[in-house]
Amino acid sequence: MIEYVSLYILTMALMGMGIYALIAKRHIIKKIIGIVTMEYAINLFLILVGYRTDGIAPIQDSQISAAELAARAVDPLPQALVLTSIVIGLGTLALMASLAIKLYEKYKTFDMSEINRLRG
Amino acid sequence: MNHALPLLVGIPLGMAILTLLLSKVSARIADFTAFITVAVTTVIAFMLMGSPVHTYWMGNWFPPFGIVLVYDGLSGLMLLIINLIGLLSIIYSFSYMEKYTAKPKFYSLFLLMLAGMNGVVLTGDLFNLFVFLEMASLASYALVGFGVEHQELEASFKYLILGTVASTMILLGIALTYSMTGSVNMADVASTLSAMPAKTTIAFAAGVFLMGFSLKSGLVPFHAWLPDAHPSAPAPISAMLSGVLIKALGVYAMVRVMFNVLGAMPIYQDIMLVLGGISMIVGVLLAVGQYDLKRQFAYHSVSQLGYIVLALGLGTNLGMIAGIFHLINHSLFKSLLFLTSGAFEHATGTKSMKKLGGMGQLMPVTSTSMVIGSVSISGIPPFNGFFSKLLIIIACIASGHIFLGVLASIASVLTLLSFTKAMRFSVFGEIPEKLANSKEVPFPMAFSMIFLAVICLGVGIAYLVAGPTFTDIFLQPAADVLMDGLHNNSVNYITTVLGIGG
Repeated sequence: MIEYVSLYILTMALMGMGIYALIAKRHIIKKIIGIVTMEYAINLFLILVGYRTDGIAPIQDSQISAAELAARAVDPLPQALVLTSIVIGLGTLALMASLAIKLYEKYKTFDMSEINRLRG
Repeated sequence: MNHALPLLVGIPLGMAILTLLLSKVSARIADFTAFITVAVTTVIAFMLMGSPVHTYWMGNWFPPFGIVLVYDGLSGLMLLIINLIGLLSIIYSFSYMEKYTAKPKFYSLFLLMLAGMNGVVLTGDLFNLFVFLEMASLASYALVGFGVEHQELEASFKYLILGTVASTMILLGIALTYSMTGSVNMADVASTLSAMPAKTTIAFAAGVFLMGFSLKSGLVPFHAWLPDAHPSAPAPISAMLSGVLIKALGVYAMVRVMFNVLGAMPIYQDIMLVLGGISMIVGVLLAVGQYDLKRQFAYHSVSQLGYIVLALGLGTNLGMIAGIFHLINHSLFKSLLFLTSGAFEHATGTKSMKKLGGMGQLMPVTSTSMVIGSVSISGIPPFNGFFSKLLIIIACIASGHIFLGVLASIASVLTLLSFTKAMRFSVFGEIPEKLANSKEVPFPMAFSMIFLAVICLGVGIAYLVAGPTFTDIFLQPAADVLMDGLHNNSVNYITTVLGIGG
């Protein structure tokens, strides 16, 4: 049980690092890294929710009965959700990276504090 | 009619890709396909109106295992608004988007956003909600930066950062809910939760959800991105973002998850009241000082969203009706206002109040529409905004929140002040020399504006003449859904979705 708790704490620490990078760093690329770290912390959290110590892959074949599978296998649903979430994260990352390139072309800087034409 | 539900998501999604492919053959065809697509979804949404509550099992996987689409009073009303405003924005774009180079790409993103929003209001599955929400959001990030100039890119990046934080929070909420209930089907989660004692994890999940959805809907103090993002987008997209996107992704998803799925939690209703009250006042105070038409309208979106969340947070039947009524009205007049500001920009090349003036003589159609939109949002009878604001104030006082009622009245007066200023500087006054040759906008743009202005007046008069009937047809079914979740442990919702035999 104790290693579960420490794993959850580590996941949340990872998320905290992501939020820190997002808030404290002014460099656009570092902000993007912060966001991606955050997303992956949540993905890890989802996997942890379905995790089971010494669990087996949730694949049923002739050698294992349905009841035994239910008792021993890890929960497959969060894995499916994480797969989707990773793909969405990839789409977001691609858009963020392309915006960063475009911003650099226009402003000639990656420093978010110098990109401040919108005010009021 | 069961098969109509997936079509509302499927048609725009498929056509988003087809539009891009067909535009390789002929660039003009994109106008046509986009218009037909949204016209079809609007017709479906209209035909569904008034049909009984029903569900659709995606791939014939029965709930709680498969994804289920649910049509009820609230979804139906949201669908109607989303598709109607979408259709008018598409018509407006025919002429307005001429100055941008990549029109087919614009339509493609637009349809993707529409499909995402239709999905958000229809889905009965938490994770599916997240997927549709991200789909609509990603398309809107790209659309905000569509101009690819300094300010558009900056606004788009800010919006993207905060929008992604919001999505991450929502995903965390879903993960927490799943860990406690073992399901992502909304009805299943609701029935599991109502059977077990209150848990702190669920309260935490509710807090995370509330933060995510408030960030998506731009409530104070989560509003920083909104007044940058909404004015930077092309006018039809501003109308879509302020008119429906923040409501479908923010307010609708918030009340659906908070009330129907997680059940009543008094502490979060109080937080909604506080968020709504602060947004209402701070939004309008920030708006008064603005000299950029679109930026002012964006701040008013924050303020009006405050009204809606405040009314929904009251938790009374009248509050629900008032909130939903104001939600519809705000969609109508805010998209109208953004379209008129776009028309001024199209004709004169500026959206700054200091440079405009006397447009009433040069552009009568646009100016009249803008005046109608302004008096609607300021709450002058007999326009629609008056009735919903009155209902909200009455609901506040009836439920014992006198202070909030007074606050709502003050915000309403400040709104009037701010729009008097906007009209004084743009519609009335002297014509600046530079703009003396400005001409009225082309027919498609004028058509959208006139249509919305007529609906604004029409809804107001319909409510004045036949208030109870209007409420029974449009508002009560939607309010019933939320009341069911808040005071009845979503029993009706659960029976509909998980109902025996389906």
